[in-house]
Amino acid sequence: MFEYAPAPESVRPQIKEHYGLFIDGRFTDAADGAVFKSLNPSTEEILFTVAEAGEADVRAAVAAARRAQEAVWGPMSGTERGKYLFRIARLLQERAREFAVAESLDNGKPIKETRDFDVPTAAQHFFYHAGWADKLAFAVPGFAGQGPGGADPKPLGVVGQVIPWNFPILMLAWKIAPALACGNTVVLKPAETTPLTALMFAELCQEADLPPGVVNILPGAGATGSALVNSPVDKVAFTGSTAVGRAIAKAVAGSKKKVTLELGGKAANIVFDDAAIDQAVEGIVNGIFFNQGHVCCAGSRLLVQESVAEEVLARLKERVSTLRVGDPLDKNTDIGAINSAEQLARITGLAKVGEEEGADVWQPACDLPERGFWFRPTVFTGVQQSMRIAQEEIFGPVLSVLTFRTPDEAISKANNTPYGLSAGVWTEKGSKILWAAERLRAGVVWANTFNQFDAASPFGGLKESGYGREGGRQGLEAYLDV
Amino acid sequence: MGSILSGTEAASLVRALPGVDAVGLEARAAGLATRSVKKESKAKAIDLAISMIDLTTLEGADTPGKVKSLAAKAVRPDGDAPSTAAVCVYPSLVPTAAAALAGTGVKVASVATGFPAGQVPLEIRLADTESAVRAGADEIDMVVNRGAFLSGDLERVYHEIKAVKAAAEGARLKVILETGELVTYDDVRRASWLAMYAGADFIKTSTGKVGVNATLPVTLLMMQAVRDYRALTGIQVGVKPAGGIRNTKDAIKYLVCINETLGDDWLSNEWFRFGASSLLNDLLMQRQKLKTGHYSGPDYVTVD
Repeated sequence: MFEYAPAPESVRPQIKEHYGLFIDGRFTDAADGAVFKSLNPSTEEILFTVAEAGEADVRAAVAAARRAQEAVWGPMSGTERGKYLFRIARLLQERAREFAVAESLDNGKPIKETRDFDVPTAAQHFFYHAGWADKLAFAVPGFAGQGPGGADPKPLGVVGQVIPWNFPILMLAWKIAPALACGNTVVLKPAETTPLTALMFAELCQEADLPPGVVNILPGAGATGSALVNSPVDKVAFTGSTAVGRAIAKAVAGSKKKVTLELGGKAANIVFDDAAIDQAVEGIVNGIFFNQGHVCCAGSRLLVQESVAEEVLARLKERVSTLRVGDPLDKNTDIGAINSAEQLARITGLAKVGEEEGADVWQPACDLPERGFWFRPTVFTGVQQSMRIAQEEIFGPVLSVLTFRTPDEAISKANNTPYGLSAGVWTEKGSKILWAAERLRAGVVWANTFNQFDAASPFGGLKESGYGREGGRQGLEAYLDV
Repeated sequence: MGSILSGTEAASLVRALPGVDAVGLEARAAGLATRSVKKESKAKAIDLAISMIDLTTLEGADTPGKVKSLAAKAVRPDGDAPSTAAVCVYPSLVPTAAAALAGTGVKVASVATGFPAGQVPLEIRLADTESAVRAGADEIDMVVNRGAFLSGDLERVYHEIKAVKAAAEGARLKVILETGELVTYDDVRRASWLAMYAGADFIKTSTGKVGVNATLPVTLLMMQAVRDYRALTGIQVGVKPAGGIRNTKDAIKYLVCINETLGDDWLSNEWFRFGASSLLNDLLMQRQKLKTGHYSGPDYVTVD
């Protein structure tokens, strides 16, 4: 086979040895002096240290956000807010390569994805919402012209946001862009293992001359998140696991705080016998191996019609064998490192359960680096609905393959999960797509594609995958007092 | 297996082929095009690409002088660079090319069958083919009857390819689908399989004479077709994108597609060709650049 020589990305961002909390426009250390380390998951080397926010810091940040919201950001005209957001979007674009490399270093995902997906999509979210800032009256059906003097719908106030480690800068953009466009100020907690790009974003806010207190970034772990949720914010927005989402819903119950939750998933990718097989195989690969499978809407259950199962699986295995696992900064890497030792242990544990429960495991022969957290792309066949690997979210590069006989059976198996975030349908027949989309209990149904995102398209779940929408006009309503 | 099918059988097999999802196919091709091939891999890829070129001249103004000049370039493109696979000319220039290339290992390819439109009676297309082979062509690049194909007469297309295959006995047959005129990916897949069932040794995208010539997605689709055809029949068929591939960067994208779709078995000029003319000089310039570390410019490669 003709080998590709190593093609490492040459840009190296300036990563500081230590980062503080970003409160009221300035970097500062934690009140109690707490510090934690951030690792490069592909080498286990320490990248930098960072202050860990405690309750006092949360109070300070929320107070700063409150002042900024009431005195500056809330009263500011939509046009002016839009200018700031456009400026942030442009700066993010200008520094795209730097952010892409930083994200890859801190998260372990391949540079190919941060460069072509995470950072450009994050910038798109700021551009998209910048455009909404002075058109909010049109974001709410029936609102335009009805407010006093044509006034815009009002922001909620201060928003506490907690984001996961799988798409750090992109989830930040999904949270911050609509909140700011609507006139809210934010206190955001990035995930414990991936604070880097959020802190670089804080620097970018300084560069954009964003008024102090409009954006506050508080690195930390679960305790920081809990302190933020319980602080006097007006709304909590969370993306992460269903277990934590449940705890947040309990914490805010009975308060005036609004909440949106984007939680786990166990999406079914349904391949009918009349699908374009080569492209369906691409979609299966993209569905589960994109971002090492660290995707809440990953197509982690493949439901393939029994009559084509053998062919699809043979092609799938051939294709998965061409995936390149390794150095995330190599431009030819398709699958990077698992984000943390903890996540690797969870994936390894569930994969073991899959074998014990009698599913057949298959992995391509590929070398893994000696250091760092790695897991081979894995396909389980002969999976039954009753097995844990068919039910639980693995959040890793592990695909569970099940078969079905009739379209009705496909739908009932696909819906047989407490989750309802996304689903995929593969068929060359348009009528079958519409039929299936109507019956699938999922927030997003992709037809003949998978894992496509756009700032203009609302995203969110049903059932235990959460509530509220992000993106599009619908996403704005979550940040307006309507 | 191909040659024992009746026209009706071949046509019905081809009509039953699954569809192609255009968005997905193009996304896959675009994904493969992002591979970064540098340093020693690039050096190898450049030499491999040079060895896969059917160095082509297909102009009304072609003369024996022009063909001799091209033949000399094909045999010894530049310093220690490998020879190209073949020189591809019109039938009337096959004797010149054959004389110039005798004993060099570089093949003589000739377009035939009323190239490029093929809109002449079958007996003339067959005579065109026979005379090219007699004159010394090692390989025949025929055009399919797009009119018959688009009117749904797949049986006729099948029989014609079989007839040309018989007329080209002793030469390898490349079947030009003219994908720019078939337009849809579904039809490209059908035409690929029809040509293979009829005995094509190579399937080739284009004549280079219409608006849209070789594209990466079309070629990827044809690669998938030859891969699947071998899995079904055991018979290996080659692929030749032609027209519009002008620089090293593009050529390397095609090699990446072979690498990740077909693998080693197709990574030689026995099974993959580029139909091109200006590509060679760009490959040579990139080759010089890798050796010397700087661009030498077009004056340091020959104009032929």
